[in-house]
Amino acid sequence: MSIALSTGRAARGLSATPGQIALALLVAAFLGVFLIWPSATVIFVAFTEKGGGPFTLVNFVDFFRTDLFLRSFWNSLYVSAMAVAGASILALPLAYITSRFEFRGTILIQTLGFLPLIMPPFVGAVAMQLFFGRNGSVNLLLDDWLGFKIPFMDGLNGVIFVQSIHYFPFILINLSAALRNIDSSMEEAAQNLGASGFRLFRRIVFPLAMPGYIAGASLVFVKVFDDLATPLLLNVKDMLAPQAYLRVTSIGIADPMGYVISVVLIVASVAAMALSALATRGIDYSTVQRGGGGLARRTLRPLESFAAYLTVTLILLLVLAPHLGLLLLSFSTVWSYSPLPDGFTVAHYLRVFGESSVYIKNTLIYASLAGLIDVVVGTAIAYLVLRTKLVGRNALDWIASAALAIPGIVLGIGYLRAFYGLQWWDGTPLASLWIVIVLALAIRRLPYALRACHAALQQISVSLEEAAENLGATKLRTVRRIVMPLMMGGILAGFVTSFATAAVELSATLMLVQSNSDAPLAYGLYVLMQSAAGRGPGAALGVIAVVLVAACTILSHFVVERSRAGSQARH
Amino acid sequence: MMHRGLMLLVCASLVSTTAFAQAPAGKVTVVTSYSKDVTDPVKKAFEAATSGVKLEVQNRNTNAGVKYVEETKANNQVDLFWASAPDAFEVLKGKGLLQKYAPRATGIPEKIGQFPINDPAGFYFGFAASGYGIMWNERYAKANKLPDPREWQDLAKAAYYDHVSIAAPSRSGTTHLTIEAVLQGEGWAKGWSTIKAMAGNFRNVTERSFGVPEAVNSGQVGYGIVIDFFAFSAQASGFPVKFIYPTVTTIVPANVGIVANAPNKAAAEAFIEFLLSPAGQQILFEPSIRRLPVNPDVYAKAPPDYPNPFKDPRLNSMLKFDVAKSEARNDVVDVLFDQLISFQLDPLKAATKAIHEAEAALGKKDSAQGRALVAQARELIAAMPVDEATASAAETTGAFTGSKQKGARQAELEQQWAAFAKDRYAQAKSKAEEAVKLAK
Repeated sequence: MSIALSTGRAARGLSATPGQIALALLVAAFLGVFLIWPSATVIFVAFTEKGGGPFTLVNFVDFFRTDLFLRSFWNSLYVSAMAVAGASILALPLAYITSRFEFRGTILIQTLGFLPLIMPPFVGAVAMQLFFGRNGSVNLLLDDWLGFKIPFMDGLNGVIFVQSIHYFPFILINLSAALRNIDSSMEEAAQNLGASGFRLFRRIVFPLAMPGYIAGASLVFVKVFDDLATPLLLNVKDMLAPQAYLRVTSIGIADPMGYVISVVLIVASVAAMALSALATRGIDYSTVQRGGGGLARRTLRPLESFAAYLTVTLILLLVLAPHLGLLLLSFSTVWSYSPLPDGFTVAHYLRVFGESSVYIKNTLIYASLAGLIDVVVGTAIAYLVLRTKLVGRNALDWIASAALAIPGIVLGIGYLRAFYGLQWWDGTPLASLWIVIVLALAIRRLPYALRACHAALQQISVSLEEAAENLGATKLRTVRRIVMPLMMGGILAGFVTSFATAAVELSATLMLVQSNSDAPLAYGLYVLMQSAAGRGPGAALGVIAVVLVAACTILSHFVVERSRAGSQARH
Repeated sequence: MMHRGLMLLVCASLVSTTAFAQAPAGKVTVVTSYSKDVTDPVKKAFEAATSGVKLEVQNRNTNAGVKYVEETKANNQVDLFWASAPDAFEVLKGKGLLQKYAPRATGIPEKIGQFPINDPAGFYFGFAASGYGIMWNERYAKANKLPDPREWQDLAKAAYYDHVSIAAPSRSGTTHLTIEAVLQGEGWAKGWSTIKAMAGNFRNVTERSFGVPEAVNSGQVGYGIVIDFFAFSAQASGFPVKFIYPTVTTIVPANVGIVANAPNKAAAEAFIEFLLSPAGQQILFEPSIRRLPVNPDVYAKAPPDYPNPFKDPRLNSMLKFDVAKSEARNDVVDVLFDQLISFQLDPLKAATKAIHEAEAALGKKDSAQGRALVAQARELIAAMPVDEATASAAETTGAFTGSKQKGARQAELEQQWAAFAKDRYAQAKSKAEEAVKLAK
């Protein structure tokens, strides 16, 4: 018996089909060439002695001996944990209300709730300061009427505030996708057994949606841990990611510490991802039945309805305040130390109108290609991790997730080092082709899509695939006809997140853009936002970017709702 | 799009290989830190004046630009480097990434103030001048009832506590020169004392040069230590800001240079000639640019009230700036500023605030003992972990260049200096608090 069992296990261990092995190798090659190799060309400095000597770990000893770095490490940890809490407070009500109840404007809310993720670089920061800063609109009015100010944007609390607003969509998107995937029969069964109200939510709905929540929360944690733009905009320097960035990008300092911090960031991020995987391990979240159209939606009583609308409106007002600020800024003449701009004009839009079409076209091409690559690779990795027993499949997951922790500037320099020497037939460096920007964007945004795909696949029961295979379907056919359609919601969530965030990414792009005709919107923004006269036009370009990405998001929601409705009609 | 881009590149490379030594033609690529508001008018005028040449602008911040040129030198596609900070050009020159050229343009003097306009070795050329000073938001000053500052020392006064901003010199070449100018003008010990007294009033230390004028423009911070054109172009855009040059400052040129192995050298030379020509110099008067031309003659066509460094006695009598000295201790000054000020800002501000309070209390009820305590507190803040000679010594500078020679690692020195400052600031704070108690 035991022999039979063990041979059975062994057989299962080797049961990977050649197709699966080939897929794993392809993914590994992709990550190796476009992530590991370029990063390694830069990061190896962390392990060398002063002046590029032999291998050493002395730099890591220095890291733990330096007060500044230790303080930065704890600050980063604290801010990330608090940002997850803050983001959950914003995301849970929105996800719950829109998925649980018959609620007008669900698509609108989910799209609007998604917008904070698309904060164009630089202008976003300016708009945020003009609204919430020490002398922003809110504080100037508070000071006028009540005689006090609230330091929204000061120090670590400021970082937590801004990061919660900025990244809560990660939780919203993944949780909403997970809630939609829960079959109503589960809920009905619980109701038949007497559960209702909050107990039903706590014991049945939320646990079943757990993979989605964990996927979102772990993304928020790691993203905040690795984000440098927000702390720098608030002038908070004693956190890890800003420390790494400041060191890597300063002239004349051949300092290994920047790369040491990068390594620490990577290790910490992978550890956080592994922890979140541990949290959901050993629990089966999948349900067999599909096609029930998610949770049964309840109609709200008038008073409940009022409370729900009020909650949603308040949250949306808070999280969209930066975008309102951006919109105002794009129409304002001069806005300085006053609650509202001095005057309004459309001149900024006229100025960027002509030149922005090339940026828009490039952004759409780059971001959608990057999003596509991400969901393909993300689905492949999720499938390998959850559905095969291949050796080292988890390593693929972790390596891909580590991309979150590699500072964009490190990846940018790595791409130049790795690919600039390689030449096209006419001597054009490989690194100067725009496709390289797409690949860099895809690598940087891969973790987003990966988490979404992973969560989606986690919710699908293997028995559905086994049934299909028992009925004679090949592995490939099973994936195509059973797994992919059922994962569609998660894949879309992954695509949208990757696409939207890639559309406003700057740090790696800035290193790789070779000519204005190949530049995306974020670069155009950067070029404008270095001068006083460029602030208005920059804001106008920022608004264009946000509207563009939002439109694409709504469109993809419609497409999915359509296909969902279509497939349900077929049933 | 890819095809068109490729075709252009092919054409450009064909043109550039066949047409050298003839009239400039084809694409000329410039890496610059300047915003679109600066590059667009220049590009337009240059392309109109030099038919057949297309200027391709690659916008990167100065540091990223230097890194980019360095990383891509094996297969260089860049013709020109165009930015403000002379030290970035020194770095490029030191790494052999620039090539010599002798501009033919006439009418440009050898020096502006005490600073040579062109690199004496001929690797880069000044095309505009800039001075450093204090910029402030008038609405902010009025709302907070703050007086107009005249000198650096004014910013150290209690009234300006938490109202001043600066860019980190390690991140902004222009700020680095401001700090170095104060150090050279007042001497190492006195200079650092002034800088740290000012720093006690800093609201923040930003990581990019434009962060400071941006914060002053929008009124988030009242006063900024900036390069002049940030203030002039903000004024031209209608922002309620003012600017002054303190006595101890320096005028330095913003530069352009030809990158080594430039693919289109002829067009690169044409661009430099254009920038230095009277037509190119006059573009600097544009409201969105507002820099000081290096050709004294074109000031005849300047807008009213435009500062003229060749005429203004205040700007002309500025201190003699020792480039070699600055270059030798470049990294040390940056790291000292970061470790003693940027990363210790909270303890430094706490100590400064305590001193301001002690002085206010002593103003009401004076005591010699209290005054002595405050003086001690100020000395503790001003104390430096290294003296001037050590700062330029090879064993100190070697820690920051990644050289193989024996000596402390950068991280070790940084930790030492940071611990030194933290300890002194804490002591200063308790001395000042003692003084407050005495005066009560």
